[in-house]
Amino acid sequence: MLVKFRLNGEEVEVEARPNEILLDTLRLKLNVRSVKRGCEKGECGACTILLNGDPVTSCLILTPQVEGSEILTVEGLEEDQEFKKLVDSFVSEGAVQCGYCTPGFLLTAYAALSKGKIRSVDDAKKYLEGNLCRCTGYNKIIKAVVKAVS
Amino acid sequence: MFYSIPEVEYIRVSNLDEALQLLSQYGPEAKILAGGTDLLVDLKVGRCRPKVILDMSGVKDLRYIIDDGDKIRIGALTKVQEVVESPVVKAKAPLLTEALSELGSWQVRCMATVGGNLCNASPAADSAPPLLVHEAKAKLTSKQKTRTIKIEELITGPRKTALQSSELLCEVEVPYDEELTRAYSYIKLGRRNAFTLSVVSVAVAVKVVNERFKDVRVALNSVAPTPVRARSVESFLVGNAVRRERVEEASELVLKDIMPISDVRASAEYRRHVSKVLVRDALIRALRRSGWVGGG
Repeated sequence: MLVKFRLNGEEVEVEARPNEILLDTLRLKLNVRSVKRGCEKGECGACTILLNGDPVTSCLILTPQVEGSEILTVEGLEEDQEFKKLVDSFVSEGAVQCGYCTPGFLLTAYAALSKGKIRSVDDAKKYLEGNLCRCTGYNKIIKAVVKAVS
Repeated sequence: MFYSIPEVEYIRVSNLDEALQLLSQYGPEAKILAGGTDLLVDLKVGRCRPKVILDMSGVKDLRYIIDDGDKIRIGALTKVQEVVESPVVKAKAPLLTEALSELGSWQVRCMATVGGNLCNASPAADSAPPLLVHEAKAKLTSKQKTRTIKIEELITGPRKTALQSSELLCEVEVPYDEELTRAYSYIKLGRRNAFTLSVVSVAVAVKVVNERFKDVRVALNSVAPTPVRARSVESFLVGNAVRRERVEEASELVLKDIMPISDVRASAEYRRHVSKVLVRDALIRALRRSGWVGGG
């Protein structure tokens, strides 16, 4: 079936099967490679996207569900000042190691920051609990996010 | 690609009437997609194999939180995160706010719905204990009729509900009362602190008059085939003086109300032990919230 939605500010139309997950559509048909395939069960956050402003895991969404929606990935935030500040914070705090989880973390953190949800280390931990990282041990990521609030 | 979803028919539903029409047509061959956070996993691991998916994730008329003065009415398709962020729920039923903020991760809460969490009927459903404590009701509707049942009657077994195949859970009614929401607590124990399935969770609300328990409500998940009320604990305490010793004695009685199993998360023996501890701690925490300072 034909599914229409906005991806990073642009209208896209894509032919998708009813049993196709959004993660596959984004990666394989629309070439959005920042959205990573992790667990495919909604547990690791690597495939996080922003759907109408909310962070969600694209592995648990059927593509036809997003008809008429607004989807944002890191590719669409390159010019965003707040996002740049967050990226700088990740870089200066050393919050990136292998990088596989980074896009998901950035999107979740960006959503939390823009909704004004982060006021403390505990807030950061709470809102980022759906993103797993196998390298950093989280401390540097949490630090980077809290630093980006100021 | 580790998982694939089998071929399936997909229908995007735009309103409640259309959903009821399609349900009466397809019956048990249809699966409703509310938020999809459980359904998609089930489809991937082959736990269910419906002929058709009725996608209700875009249906707006079942997404609301309304304060009726003595109860809050929550539309079944309301996102869990919407309930967590609702000022009305926080003011009138903070136990529900507290419990639902522990459901899944932020990403899951942004997709998952209250109705979906209940209808998935997991023994570990996070929404169940607070709703049992509030003695909430479920409004079920079909093309033929609408009926209201207790949440306690809705979940009948692991992944089993009282819903007929033509019925839909459309609303959850959460009665509230000022006194009960002053002394409440929710304690969730998982294998870790964040984004975890419940090993045992306890929801508690108490009403104290003249230093005596007037009303006590205790509910647990993950310790029986369905989430349960701990009526032995409750009835022991009602009428008793608010004393730490009484709370300790009452907590032991939870063993009469639960039938835990051993699974990948914990042994039955551990669950029995920790249920007693959590019931005690949750009661003490609820009492402290209401200003009680006794009991060491």
